[in-house]
Amino acid sequence: MTERSLLVGPFNRVEGDLEIRLEVADGHVTAAYANSPMYRGFEPMMIGKDPMDALTITPRICGICSISQSSAASAALANAAGISAAPQGALAATLMHGIENLCDHLTHFNLFFCADFARPAYANRAWHPAAVDRFTAMEGSATRACIEARAEILHIVGLLGGKWPHTLAIQPGGVTRAPTARDRIRILSTLAAFRRYLEKVVFGAPVEAFLALSDADQLAAWDTGDAGLFMRIAEDLELGKMGAGPGRYMSFGAYPLPEGRAMKAGLWSDGACSPVETDQIREDLSHAWMMGKAAHPSKGVTIPDEDMRDTAYSWCKAPRLAGQTVETGAFARQVIDGHPAAVDLAARGSSVFARVAGRLIEVARTQILLETWAKAITPEARFMDDFSTPQSGQGTGLVEAARGALGHWIDIRNGKIAGYQIIAPTTWNFSPRDANGTPGPVEAALEGAPAAEDEDTPLAVQHIVRSFDPCMVCTVH
Amino acid sequence: MNVLWLQSAGCGGCTMSLLCAEAPGVFDLLEGAGIKMLWHPALSVESGSEVRRLLDDIETGQIALDVLCIEGSILMGPKGTGKFQMLSGTGRSMLDWVTSLAPLAHNVVAVGTCATYGGVTSSGGNPAGAIGVQYDGHQRGGALPSDFRAQSGLPVINVAGCPTHPDWVTETLMLLASDALDAGSLDKLGRPLFYAENLVHHACPKNEFYEYKASAEKLSQMGCMMEHLGCVGTQAVGDCNIRGWNGGGSCTRAGYPCINCTAPEFEEPNHPFTQTPKFAGIPVGLPSDMPKAWFMALASLSKAATPKRLAENAVADRVEVTPQIRSGKK
Repeated sequence: MTERSLLVGPFNRVEGDLEIRLEVADGHVTAAYANSPMYRGFEPMMIGKDPMDALTITPRICGICSISQSSAASAALANAAGISAAPQGALAATLMHGIENLCDHLTHFNLFFCADFARPAYANRAWHPAAVDRFTAMEGSATRACIEARAEILHIVGLLGGKWPHTLAIQPGGVTRAPTARDRIRILSTLAAFRRYLEKVVFGAPVEAFLALSDADQLAAWDTGDAGLFMRIAEDLELGKMGAGPGRYMSFGAYPLPEGRAMKAGLWSDGACSPVETDQIREDLSHAWMMGKAAHPSKGVTIPDEDMRDTAYSWCKAPRLAGQTVETGAFARQVIDGHPAAVDLAARGSSVFARVAGRLIEVARTQILLETWAKAITPEARFMDDFSTPQSGQGTGLVEAARGALGHWIDIRNGKIAGYQIIAPTTWNFSPRDANGTPGPVEAALEGAPAAEDEDTPLAVQHIVRSFDPCMVCTVH
Repeated sequence: MNVLWLQSAGCGGCTMSLLCAEAPGVFDLLEGAGIKMLWHPALSVESGSEVRRLLDDIETGQIALDVLCIEGSILMGPKGTGKFQMLSGTGRSMLDWVTSLAPLAHNVVAVGTCATYGGVTSSGGNPAGAIGVQYDGHQRGGALPSDFRAQSGLPVINVAGCPTHPDWVTETLMLLASDALDAGSLDKLGRPLFYAENLVHHACPKNEFYEYKASAEKLSQMGCMMEHLGCVGTQAVGDCNIRGWNGGGSCTRAGYPCINCTAPEFEEPNHPFTQTPKFAGIPVGLPSDMPKAWFMALASLSKAATPKRLAENAVADRVEVTPQIRSGKK
């Protein structure tokens, strides 16, 4: 039996900083430790500030999930004040949020995830020439088509929100700019162009056809567009048998609108879905360089352990729901919302393939949702209602970022922020071990991954880690 | 010209913004200008040991480094160790890497306000000890000393902005690649003048409201946001309203104030971002280069002369009164 230890880093094509330590025996990973090696301290930064400053500062936690952070901060403030946004304002904000999530999925697929298939290590595979042509980092034809389409759909955020990332347009009362009838038709025409991109390049068929796939076998058999190329690669590399998660999926429910959330909230476990009991969330600090005890985020604090004690290995806290790890993300959302192919995949066990396929399903769904929302814009309506910050109160903002469940918990006293806690999607997925020694979801998913003798940065490990689309800048914040 | 891009302590948003470059897209643009990424943490294929070998080759001089781009602030904490950000897989802090690699580079470019001056990462008591590459807020001297010069003789080039406009970054790199950027191309804070010689106020669609001091009282109203809503576009450098963002947007075009994100210490304005601090009912901050007495005199005069159309539209969320059409000559 040969044993060795590997330190994988810099781990790129994830957003932010990640280091993975692996124990390997006989060519397979036996234990993995995910370290988030960067701490900035956004939560302590907020203390003592005017509550509305959260709208300027928290989006800057993350340059890829900026609108998600805006939306969560805005929702937490609205919740503390006991108000809801003007319905059309909520719609415009949701439209911007949906575009960010859609862009993030395609950035992940083309730039972050599929680039690995163009590596020389796969030169003997039948699909390799196509992967090189499409997905070579910075050069591939799919890579370049993706960033051009992405830049164009972000014109909608430019129009409604001024710029992306780091817009200040999303406010508890609505949005700061009322779109006109002319804006509405421009938005619809930009979305029509994006549909052409998706149908010509990504799916090679109508988005409705992809969305109509009803089980895992139909998904795997999809053979057009870059989605089809991915399916061929995934089958050959057996990505469906790689990187199983905890089998428990959580979503806070995406896109809160006056008529309800566009995608359901829930906790999916053993084939059954139940409500998310958010009061059962605790952030465990046993293996994080953080001081204090496990706490619910409404009572949590963030005090870094400046001595970086040896028994800890990450700046990331370890959130647990009723004591258990959960996986969150696009696949989780589609399972909980009941897309039949996602539910079928979940029943067979999560995997690298399931996460990427779940994201593609959501790309198709989001395009259709965006078109529905844009058509529903009513230029003569109000887009902002009055809002005043409460002198005291607590608020919770729960949204779905591209990468999964995002929560902000704010505590306002004497008109200032007295407490601010954030749990980001990758905080859940890339959490370190808890006091019971239970590994976080990615740590567990890496156990059993092949790591050949001649690999010091094993490809299977890279596929598994990137399948989660981690956002490390959000993770610790 | 080769470029090594490191992401230090920031949000990655300047890279995400860079990907919004258009006509052509960023990869075509850089390729066309002969600019090659040696490595970029979000865009390159190399990971783990492949990157460590590249960094070793640069550090030992086997690969000449033309441009070192640093995106994000440099963390000095805890206790001056820099260990709040370790460059993963290397056992060394980002602070250590930056101070080691910068002197080897022909030019060093700080991308974004975190990298230039500390930025939002240094907000709220600066819990992680964030500073800029060559500045700590307004103070010269950051992770690199105030007298640092890259191999070219230039100080760190400060492409400030939160985030940076994609063109600010690509045009800086393209000017460097064509040897067309020298010390005279930078302002006193190291920012390229091609965008820092303008004010955000220039081409702001609210300019007519500004002229007559027809002010918005709440966010979402169309009037000028200087008097009540914290807008400092008349003092902030940037061609945001000339160039436009994401197809032609800007902060003020979307109805929220300019918060001067290209400036040192914008993250701590000493008042809520969307409220204008006032003394005796008069805004404290004045437009750049404007004598106070003249501003006061002109403001009161123009306020008295505000046309009805502007007064009404200023507090509406859309145009309520359209410009008067003069009847033609008979």
